[in-house]
Amino acid sequence: MPHIEFDMSILDPALLQELDEFIEVQEFPQESIIAILHKAQELFLWLPRELQLHIARKTDLPAARIHGIVSFYSFFLEEPNGKYTVSVCMGTACFVKGAQPILDEFRKQLGMGPKDKITKDGVFSLNDVRCIGACGLAPVVRVNEKIYGHFKVEQVKEVIQHYRELEEQAQ
Amino acid sequence: MIVLNTYEDLRKAYEELSPLLNKRREGHAGIPTPHKRELLVCGGTGCHSSESLELMQALQAAVDEQSIDAKVVQVGCFGFCAQGPIVQVMPDNVFYVQVKMTDIPDIIETHLKGGEPIERLLFVDPASGEVQHDHASMAFYEKQERISLRNCGLIDPESFEECLAAGGYLALAQALETTTPDQVVQVIKDSGLRGRGGGGFPTGLKWDLCRRSPGTEKYVICNADEGDPGAFMDRSILEGDPHSIVEAMIIAGYAIGANDGLIYIRAEYPLAVNRLRIAIREAEEAQLLGDNILGSGFNFHLRIVLGAGAFVCGEETALIRSCEGHRGEPTRKPPFPAQSGFRGKPTNVNNVETLVNIPIILTKGADWYSSIGTESSKGTKVFALAGTINNIGLVEVPMGTTLREIIYDIGGGIPNNKAFKAVQTGGPSGGVITEADLDTPIDYESLKKIGSMMGSGGMIVMDEDNDMVDIARFYLEFTTAESCGKCTPCRVGTTRIHEMLETLLAQEGDEMLLTKLHNLCLTVEDTALCALGQTAPNPVLSTMKYFPEEYLRYARREVKKSYWIDPEVCIGCTKCKRVCPVECITGSVKKAHVIDENACIACGACAAACPVQAIHKPK
Ligand SMILES: Cc1cc2nc3c(=O)[nH]c(=O)nc-3n(C[C@H](O)[C@H](O)[C@H](O)COP(=O)(O)O)c2cc1C
Ligand code: FES
Repeated sequence: MPHIEFDMSILDPALLQELDEFIEVQEFPQESIIAILHKAQELFLWLPRELQLHIARKTDLPAARIHGIVSFYSFFLEEPNGKYTVSVCMGTACFVKGAQPILDEFRKQLGMGPKDKITKDGVFSLNDVRCIGACGLAPVVRVNEKIYGHFKVEQVKEVIQHYRELEEQAQ
Repeated sequence: MIVLNTYEDLRKAYEELSPLLNKRREGHAGIPTPHKRELLVCGGTGCHSSESLELMQALQAAVDEQSIDAKVVQVGCFGFCAQGPIVQVMPDNVFYVQVKMTDIPDIIETHLKGGEPIERLLFVDPASGEVQHDHASMAFYEKQERISLRNCGLIDPESFEECLAAGGYLALAQALETTTPDQVVQVIKDSGLRGRGGGGFPTGLKWDLCRRSPGTEKYVICNADEGDPGAFMDRSILEGDPHSIVEAMIIAGYAIGANDGLIYIRAEYPLAVNRLRIAIREAEEAQLLGDNILGSGFNFHLRIVLGAGAFVCGEETALIRSCEGHRGEPTRKPPFPAQSGFRGKPTNVNNVETLVNIPIILTKGADWYSSIGTESSKGTKVFALAGTINNIGLVEVPMGTTLREIIYDIGGGIPNNKAFKAVQTGGPSGGVITEADLDTPIDYESLKKIGSMMGSGGMIVMDEDNDMVDIARFYLEFTTAESCGKCTPCRVGTTRIHEMLETLLAQEGDEMLLTKLHNLCLTVEDTALCALGQTAPNPVLSTMKYFPEEYLRYARREVKKSYWIDPEVCIGCTKCKRVCPVECITGSVKKAHVIDENACIACGACAAACPVQAIHKPK
């Protein structure tokens, strides 16, 4: 069996302390494990293995059980997201109004392979989400918090352009 | 802070606060309220996405600045989502659609100061072309009966005062003060209410089973996981009327004998979660939640449990596993949750829309409720109407309304003169319904008979452009991804079904494959552990039944995948070439253009841009 090294020092101690305080006030930490993972992801933005191990130790649960939960629920991220997360809604309402070509186009223009989740420079992540509840505006694309309704394939270029410019300004 | 210790306190609060809503109640115009007019702005997720929040703030600022006697109120979803943001002016009952920031000065000058409605902001009926002056006579609302959505679009969901003004918690007070738990259960039984989460199990009977289960520690759970993609009934209720759910949960607890409640809600609904949190906090502060509610001696505590993005967690046994901190894998039934559920104790799980009916049934009586609907299905049902239809939004109709009425009268028909092809109900578990069955009066039994199901209320309309084999593939891709993996028929079966559909779509299959596909669907249906797997083949079976020719064309490899240009009609204007996102169109000015079949992604941008309709979709 390969030996896996865990470097717990990658975890920010201030954030860890906040997480520990949250865990300590739980009446039944093992039952509230999903709430704890939500809190952890809110603080750390994703759930590296080290963090999962830390939570396992804190809650006295096997690390495998924590990993089982993290990998089961699609809300929990085992890899960091890019700076701008492009979410193309693939709910039914959006699908019947042509969401698939939009997703394909984003993938193409961002130069991503079929299984890639993040661009090589780490600026964009791309995912398909299931119904964000704005079906009235289908097809819908969300970039971080901003929602674009009645989206057209032709808009892909300008949307990417817009965030690339933002990124350049930030640098 | 409002504190309500006794029944009397609650009734007094209701009497004092009730006039708050006078401007918004029909037939009450003229009764004094603090403001001359009220501007109701939709604050649901749909309209928030079209920037209703910014609009509301700007309206408020403009009203303040000009000292106009009007109040801007954020309300829940009007149901007319595709036309958002929506602003309703009361008591004039004028309904503005697609309001933009730049319309604000006009609303202030012409309407609020001048008293004249603004024609150009009114809704134009797509069917008749008529401008809709009165909101009540709009075709979209005329056939609706808003019972579950009674407070959505009427009250500010973040205002406890407005909730009380609308009669919030009066049903609870009545139940605690004048009836025994057995009597409450009886009323719900007599009303004929059935579960709106999909199964259609009689709610009163379910409560009774849980009430009779031995033990003193019991739980009630509200299922707010709403996993069907393209459905947003529960979200709109939670966002527009959260207190009714809190109230219904307390009543359910009282009837069943449970002192603890959980609301399991999906994390993808941040606005609904936030409004519920506010409502629970307000109810706790008012002592409507906690110990000795309204002096009755009954205790009830309520908390929120966040889901984490797993469709199967909508299934009640999986949901309970998730609440206990596990992977959301369903368990075998029996034992049913009513016998052994959360923490192994008797548990009652109800859907959001089921619950929202409880308070009004108690107030208006079982006879009133059971007078609405069909023989076997009482009351109303909320549908999320979406897809290729003119009026996308939330509609609530009495059971027994026909699909045709929903799609054509309320939904306004299919846009762009396209032909109707099918409507899908029941989400990934349901099936398609074709033109031939559009006159079926909707209830639980009738939809099953025609090969679909009620489901939770998603209703997706498809037109002639939608490829049914691809739709089936879409649903199977969904169920394959969402299968929890516990049982083999579902884990492997759905994967294989999906593969077969991909093979067909790639035109690499044959007619033998169709037979195999059909057989596998029947096997999965018969052998999967939970309803997710058992119903997963439905979209395939029903599209195979109603559109066999589409499957055959794929099996015989006769389907053209790219758009094509009719050289006789093309005028060589180059418009298509310029909009094509994959640059697969060639041709010079004033000469017929050609699409590269292999590069075309069939996005349809070229066809939309063509001024002479020379471009045709793949057939
Ligand atoms: C795969 C699957 C998904 C489900 N999703 C939901 C859901 O999102 N919301 C819901 O209320 N019920 C859902 N149900 C139905 C629940 O299992 C359960 O029947 C329902 O919550 C009971 O409440 P009701 O009697 O008030 O309808 C689902 C069932 C299955 C099999
Ligand atoms: S299906 Fe895309 S927002 Fe609902």
